[in-house]
Amino acid sequence: MKNNLVPLVVLAVLAGLPLLGLNSYVMHILILSIMWTLAGMAWNLLGGYCGQVSFGHAAFFGMGAYSAGLIHLHLGLSPWWGFLVSLPLVALVALAMGSVVLRLRGPYFVLATLAIGEVLRITCENLTDFTKGTLGIMITRTWVEKTQYYYIILGLALLGFMVCRAIVHSRWGYYFVAIREDQDAAESMGIDTTRYKTIALTVSAMLTGLAGAFYTNYMGYIDPGVVFSLGEISILIIMVVMVGGVATQWGPALGAGIMVILAEYIRSLPLIGVAYQTMFGVLLIVIIIYLPNGLVGDWPVLRRKLLRRGATA
Amino acid sequence: MSMLEIRKLSMFFGGLAALHDVNFDVRQGEILALIGPNGAGKTTLFNCVNGFYNPSEGQVLFKGQPISGLKPHKVCQMGIARTFQVVKPLSRMSVFDNVLASAFLRNPTRKGAQDVADEVLHFTGLWDDRDQLSKGLPLGKRKRLEIARALATQPEFLLLDESFAGLNPAELDVSIDIIRGIKQQGITVMIIEHHMKVIMAISDRIVVLNFGQKIAEGSPAEISADRQVVEAYLGEEHGA
Repeated sequence: MKNNLVPLVVLAVLAGLPLLGLNSYVMHILILSIMWTLAGMAWNLLGGYCGQVSFGHAAFFGMGAYSAGLIHLHLGLSPWWGFLVSLPLVALVALAMGSVVLRLRGPYFVLATLAIGEVLRITCENLTDFTKGTLGIMITRTWVEKTQYYYIILGLALLGFMVCRAIVHSRWGYYFVAIREDQDAAESMGIDTTRYKTIALTVSAMLTGLAGAFYTNYMGYIDPGVVFSLGEISILIIMVVMVGGVATQWGPALGAGIMVILAEYIRSLPLIGVAYQTMFGVLLIVIIIYLPNGLVGDWPVLRRKLLRRGATA
Repeated sequence: MSMLEIRKLSMFFGGLAALHDVNFDVRQGEILALIGPNGAGKTTLFNCVNGFYNPSEGQVLFKGQPISGLKPHKVCQMGIARTFQVVKPLSRMSVFDNVLASAFLRNPTRKGAQDVADEVLHFTGLWDDRDQLSKGLPLGKRKRLEIARALATQPEFLLLDESFAGLNPAELDVSIDIIRGIKQQGITVMIIEHHMKVIMAISDRIVVLNFGQKIAEGSPAEISADRQVVEAYLGEEHGA
């Protein structure tokens, strides 16, 4: 099957990369890119395929991150257990949220996601006895080198990729897209729209939580302002998918690579470096106007334009 | 046997009675046409049957069971499928995927659903267009896609809302054949239609609505002779 060959080749190349002896900065960029790919694929399932745009995925990312941090802080457990702890916790919150908010249509869900991210950030900042508030939580990293972290996040992203791929090609995936295209039509086709939107949200949230739990283990330090951040998490996840390609298999991976590298590059520039979020905003506007389906989604259009320019030159 | 029973059905929007105390039955295996002038309440009645509206008063019974107040997806799962007057294709899905998504309702596996989708696409004559994005279809085929999607849920009862509106004569004949084929499969049909030639050709019985009330019910011959119907809807030449 040709369709199964591409992911295998990509996986083989990615698995071989650390063998090249890349320096630790390049490894850091790769690890972050793969982490954002995981988060982007998660968001894409809900926002891209099911059409339910979330401005609050930092809520799930942060819950994953704090699952890892808190079990270490209070129970003395290894923060790696955060992966297992985060899954049921995030799923529960997503289910509760979905069954209430996803009955509504249009902007109500978007507003609710925006709210839940901010509510969790502020709660986390103020529950100082439990979360140490804005001081954040520090953990001791397991390894100094990057290679182990690289393979762990690669494994998680592979899991996310396979979960999303399996869902998109199954009944659930078709139901998600039907809901995105027309909710009335979907209902009259026998699809319980609230239920399937909640499923999309829950799976998406759980995968995002895994990325968050990885973040804690990898970075060694979390605070509410970062892991529950609207700008640096929630919006960046959307950017990753929008730039790469909404409702495409490879969009999140491409978008994550571009966004991580771009963020690093712009931040290193003198003077305008501090305004990198402003630059992202401008980039988002340009993407929405010229490539509404992202680089992968609009690749045929893009290629035609490039070819035409090449021909006239 | 009555497949569908409409009992004292009323639907009020504010002070307006879109439907007022409507009673009739749809018998198993028949094609019942619902006709009447614009704004008579025909689509409102469909919406009350399929669950988009919860009727203000009265009840709808399907095979003896009350279905009013159920959500649309529940009603569909019980065996009532519908099409929309203003077509609602799942635009960025191919014709095949539109039908496949419907077929998953009673066939959870991809293989089973694909078989149903294949059969329905052949039956509705959309097989050659299966790979097209549904937003690219001409109106006639989009109307048929509505029917195909409804059929893929494998219903016992089908609500067709103006499936013939805007079709050219050739497309009309195709659609008439499709509706007759649906009846032959044993599916009961209730159809809203303005095209009198089609109505007279395919329907077993006709119910006429006007201003939210039923003003007549009977065979095509009886209806075209009914003075009230002629006045309200058909006009002189048809009634004569």
